[in-house]
Amino acid sequence: MRYPFPVGKSDFIQGDEAIARAAILAGCRFYAGYPITPASEIFEAMALYMPLVDGVSIQMEDEIGSIAAVIGASWTGAKAMTATSGPGFSLMQENLGYAVMTETPLVLVDVQRGGPSTGQPTLASQGDIMQAIWGTHGDHSLIVLSPSTVQEAFDFTIRAFNLAEKYRTPVVLLADAEIAHMRERVYIPEPSEIEIVNRRLPAGEEDARLPFGDPYGDGVPPMPIFGKGYRTYVTGLTHDERGRPRTVEAEVHERLIRRIIGKLERNRKAIFSYDEFMLEDADVAIVSTGIVSRSVLRAVKVLRERGVKAGMLKLNTIWPFDFEMIEELAERVERIYVPEMNLGQLYHLVREGANGKAGVEPIPKIGGEVHTPMEIVERVVG
Amino acid sequence: MHLKSAYEIRDKYLRKDMLPTIFCPGCGIGSALQYTLRAIDDLNLDPDSMVWVSGIGCSSRVPGFVNFDGLHTTHGRALAFATGIKLANPDLKVIAFMGDGDAAAIGGNHLIHAIRRNLDVTVILINNFTYGMTGGQVAPTTPKGLRGTTAPYGQFENPFDIAGLAVSAGANYVARWSVFNYLQGINSIKKALQKEGFTLVEFLSPCPISFGRRNRMKTAPELLRWYQKITVPLAKARKMKPEELEGKVVIGEFVDRDRPGLVREYEAYKRRAKKAMGWEE
Repeated sequence: MRYPFPVGKSDFIQGDEAIARAAILAGCRFYAGYPITPASEIFEAMALYMPLVDGVSIQMEDEIGSIAAVIGASWTGAKAMTATSGPGFSLMQENLGYAVMTETPLVLVDVQRGGPSTGQPTLASQGDIMQAIWGTHGDHSLIVLSPSTVQEAFDFTIRAFNLAEKYRTPVVLLADAEIAHMRERVYIPEPSEIEIVNRRLPAGEEDARLPFGDPYGDGVPPMPIFGKGYRTYVTGLTHDERGRPRTVEAEVHERLIRRIIGKLERNRKAIFSYDEFMLEDADVAIVSTGIVSRSVLRAVKVLRERGVKAGMLKLNTIWPFDFEMIEELAERVERIYVPEMNLGQLYHLVREGANGKAGVEPIPKIGGEVHTPMEIVERVVG
Repeated sequence: MHLKSAYEIRDKYLRKDMLPTIFCPGCGIGSALQYTLRAIDDLNLDPDSMVWVSGIGCSSRVPGFVNFDGLHTTHGRALAFATGIKLANPDLKVIAFMGDGDAAAIGGNHLIHAIRRNLDVTVILINNFTYGMTGGQVAPTTPKGLRGTTAPYGQFENPFDIAGLAVSAGANYVARWSVFNYLQGINSIKKALQKEGFTLVEFLSPCPISFGRRNRMKTAPELLRWYQKITVPLAKARKMKPEELEGKVVIGEFVDRDRPGLVREYEAYKRRAKKAMGWEE
């Protein structure tokens, strides 16, 4: 396989470019999108690379069509991705719910910008945390990852595809505009260095008969992709294990939705990923995600110099959220601070996790700028 | 054409565990479905390499009743989903079964762009002039002056001519019939299924329960007589003055051409890309 970019070496590239390259190395061969700042460079890179690797890149008429095409492609067996920003993400929410309901693997990159509405197209924000988790209607669960460096943007994109395939679910890569447009040194591995997960396909006719059942007891049914003679019917209506619409029976709905949520919930510990820094003996924990974590890292060092036992918890996964882990943290520390580029979205999750065991304080900032380390330091020593 | 019995077609292509259908007495969707299955049967197409796609509404339930791979999607989006299916696996033959509200209102933008791209899909469009499943609200096709629950005093907007729109947007094949034109209907679907690019067969289809009942046509035969009154064959329409065509619906075969389909265009694009990179001559 020939790649249209260097592999097995480092390159100095933007986050958006890193996401596109990672997607191709993860096996993505279908991209549909609609241009929007600050995510357009992902599309532009995909447009450049996809025809060269015999993949598809198509500019759809809008974001609704983009995610729809991605879902259609996924049902033919392709690994598929789209990328957008806040307003486009809002348009995708209905079909994101369809992907949850039909258990369609796909990756959706949302490079956040200031909102609501058209907001601040060119400036950074973390205002889509709640939209990523709860944007679509109904009881549901999906996976949300958040990178804080360009290298992580690359690595998490590969992980996003692997998680999507493993759990037959949509995965949202929630990036900051700062990461998307920042250039950093990124190691682009050889394909042989990357672990690739592929969806479980039916072993035969019998296995394909229950495309929405639980034949392996792990909540993840094999996916009988189109064109293999399995004659699978896929619907966004509440359906039974065979995929037949059963819209008025409470128990059918409950069984389906609880399995869809349960397959992620029971693997919460494996999906939930984080990094700690100087947290072992900390009195003060600073919990953050994405670009803000880089200011937090510096803030923790300054605080330590000033005699404050501070530590950092950087969340790489935002959903499914490990509330228990936050509670254990809250039992060890006196206070938790949550700096984020919105008026307190991650804060709600952390406060719920802390469960009253420690005080939780938001450090919100909006308008497009990342917190400076000193802004965080001053709030903590304040 | 030798016509097999309807039972034979039913037993060969329908999912017995999904029957009975949700369709009301007098509904025309079953007829259009039968024509589609007869066309597939006559052409001896391989059901394993076909995917039926639909959006939301009565006609969009059809992929559930037929024994093919099927994707019953969100309202209006069938053709966007179809774009992904067809481009990701060009070996699949894609049929989109849609209603008039689904295709031309909420899905109007996807419709015109799928046609502009010449997406390789056959659209079977059920036009019953109303939103049947939600109970008889007006559609973008409702003739002026006729009633729906959201225009109880008679529709005040101009209706869409979907077939005309498809011709202008660049479809390779477009035909319109009423569901009572069964031979023409089957022949048109056969033609559509054999062509590359975007093909559309529109059927005027009776909806006595949601549409007819509110417009003094409570039964399918009454709607049939109304269709006979309002439809004009294309050849005749060409000789009529615009004022004579006011309120009429032209039926027939509107276009049959062979512009390259999206799949072929994308294959050429891939070769162009590799050539530009010096990967291929």
